[in-house]
Amino acid sequence: MTTTNVTSTYFSGLKCRECNKLYPADVRYVCEECFGPLEVAYDYDAIAKDLTRDVIESRGANMWRYKELLPVAGDVTVGPDVGFTPLVKADRLAEALGVREVWVKNDTVNYPTLSFKDRVVSVALTRAKEFGYETVGCASTGNLANSVAANAAAAGLRAFVIIPSDLEVGKILGSLIYGAHVVGVNGTYDNVNRLCSEIAGRYNWAFVNVNMRPYYAEGSKTMGYEIAEQLGWELPDAVVSPMAGGSLICKLDKAFKELTKLGFVKEHNTKIYGAQAEGCSPIVNMVKDEADWIKPVRQPNTIAKSLAIGDPADGVYAAGTMRNSGGWGENPNDEEVVAGIRLLAETTGIFAETAGGVTVGAAKRLIENGKIDRNARLVLCITGNGLKTKEAVAGSFKAIDTIKPSLTDFDSLLQTIQPEELPCQ
Amino acid sequence: MSVTVIIPTPLRKLTNEQETVDADGAKVAEVIEQLQTQFPGLKERLCDDNGVLRRFVNVFLNGEDIRFLDGPETPVKDGDELSIIPAIAGGCCC
Repeated sequence: MTTTNVTSTYFSGLKCRECNKLYPADVRYVCEECFGPLEVAYDYDAIAKDLTRDVIESRGANMWRYKELLPVAGDVTVGPDVGFTPLVKADRLAEALGVREVWVKNDTVNYPTLSFKDRVVSVALTRAKEFGYETVGCASTGNLANSVAANAAAAGLRAFVIIPSDLEVGKILGSLIYGAHVVGVNGTYDNVNRLCSEIAGRYNWAFVNVNMRPYYAEGSKTMGYEIAEQLGWELPDAVVSPMAGGSLICKLDKAFKELTKLGFVKEHNTKIYGAQAEGCSPIVNMVKDEADWIKPVRQPNTIAKSLAIGDPADGVYAAGTMRNSGGWGENPNDEEVVAGIRLLAETTGIFAETAGGVTVGAAKRLIENGKIDRNARLVLCITGNGLKTKEAVAGSFKAIDTIKPSLTDFDSLLQTIQPEELPCQ
Repeated sequence: MSVTVIIPTPLRKLTNEQETVDADGAKVAEVIEQLQTQFPGLKERLCDDNGVLRRFVNVFLNGEDIRFLDGPETPVKDGDELSIIPAIAGGCCC
């Protein structure tokens, strides 16, 4: 392994979020003094000299249009086409939810693996290549594994992805297809996570969410930058984001703060709301219970497997983000999750995975209980594609109508259908 | 009672770069005390000024988070494996 070219004009090192101790921008992720998380330290004055709204708008339609705000030193070598997914104005969903304006940030069509994870992986693997790694890995509930597998394949890196063995078929196949080594662990995601920390400590591989974590996590900010730019350089009144480890919600907030600091948007008054499924909602519970620390969930039980992290690494910070922004959290049950997936699909034409159902279900509750103002401009972060978790909704439909190839049979069938279900004449 | 302790990378400077070390004790707290005797400075990294495990440190006994057992009072037996993991490690998906 050779290490070259590891810092840039725009970031110089890593800083502990708890005790502020500074470290070089190398391969490390936790403070040696206090075990706090390390974050990238940027030089915003240097960034402001080179990055303007005009510069951004002149660049390609991908997340690297904000490159100065991302922790890579050289050229983008992995995932140059990731991001800049559609922000869709969803008037029919707004009407159904009873809120003035809804926009859907549609990462179900993120490139190449149909989830927002391609954002973090392109940063992590570009950085891993800068450090000279040839083998990469991750602990994952599925989407991250798919993204590491695909982006590693494209970049010529060897990939080990480690997942709970009971994941959805689509998510396992979605890693195998790219030639990754897929290891299923008989246990929860939290068991997988612990094992990966131990593996990362023994083998000299780049684990995107362990030893690459400070770099990896920054990729999530691009979803926030894009939301602001796509709203015409304005921030929304409210954002609802799904939470598993709790990182995305923190990075959305960080993105909005950075854009404010750089003068690209006026001010950051966005209320940030977090969504988890009832069967695994340690962060939402911390907010609702006004607790000062996370109470981990030993055995998550929800169809939203991609969010089923019982001991969320960023949970405390995610709860702080919700509280400090004036937001809140909600945790719909599995039935509401399925209803949320179907409502989103039926009103916007977007088929989200279970996490999207959690987000829509939480938004519905938050609007109904008055936590989200009905006059708000609301953005829903939809982070993964429903084609990967089809089994979650398959059971919610009755069998399709089947007939002989006969117009008479079709006419008879129409007689059995309620008038309001019929298409327009 | 001798248990094997898996040391995370950020603490290996204190254990002469050893990834696993052996330590004695009848419960988790005693194992940590004994680690401090073997490797001075280790306990203050793991525990705050009041001797309580830091919030960003997770400890697993044979793969089970000790918060789901009896915390530092959890008894240990010969041949057990104790793993020290930074809480911030991992975190997947949103």
